[in-house]
Amino acid sequence: MLFFSFFKTLIGKEIIVELKNDLCIRGVLDSVDQYLNIKLAKISVVDEDKYPHLLSVKNCFIRGSVVRYVQLPARDVNKELLQDSTRVEAREQKRK
Amino acid sequence: MASQMELSNPQAPEAGSGTVEEPLDLIRLSLNEVIYVKLRGDRELKGKLHAYDQHLNMVLGNCEETVTTREIDEETEEEIVKKSKRTLEMLFVRGDSVILVSPPMLVR
Repeated sequence: MLFFSFFKTLIGKEIIVELKNDLCIRGVLDSVDQYLNIKLAKISVVDEDKYPHLLSVKNCFIRGSVVRYVQLPARDVNKELLQDSTRVEAREQKRK
Repeated sequence: MASQMELSNPQAPEAGSGTVEEPLDLIRLSLNEVIYVKLRGDRELKGKLHAYDQHLNMVLGNCEETVTTREIDEETEEEIVKKSKRTLEMLFVRGDSVILVSPPMLVR
């Protein structure tokens, strides 16, 4: 549940989701779930000339499994907290 | 990395988070260090590991991505290898693309 909690802290922030089909979508993170499915608002396609125009699309739901990367603003990420949470998560996983 | 690692006795009752027993423990040792990640699609990443989970989802800081493409020249039939790089200040990587994780190779 680590990354689920992590993404919840980024709700309201602008991110870029890169899909496995190479499409990059910039938008504001609206919500996320345990599968890391993502809802984005106010979307725009990065590098519009190259990729399918989603000009009329304002909001979208992205299935978690099709995501390759999510580009995040470094200033909105607490690195120390992430590392500490990772150690806790790894310890819990080990006990299972 | 360390060439000899003490592996704890599998029969020992309580392992604790300090001992290295399974592969994921090796990754734990690389937290806050720069690592090399090989991904599907001829991609490689080098960045500082801030977080990971059992699926190998990760967050990398100051990350450099290298994409390798191979083209065959029609006339000469020779293989042209191209590498393109970009840097991203903070990147979440979904674990299902990950092939391997390692400390970065210092000398190629």
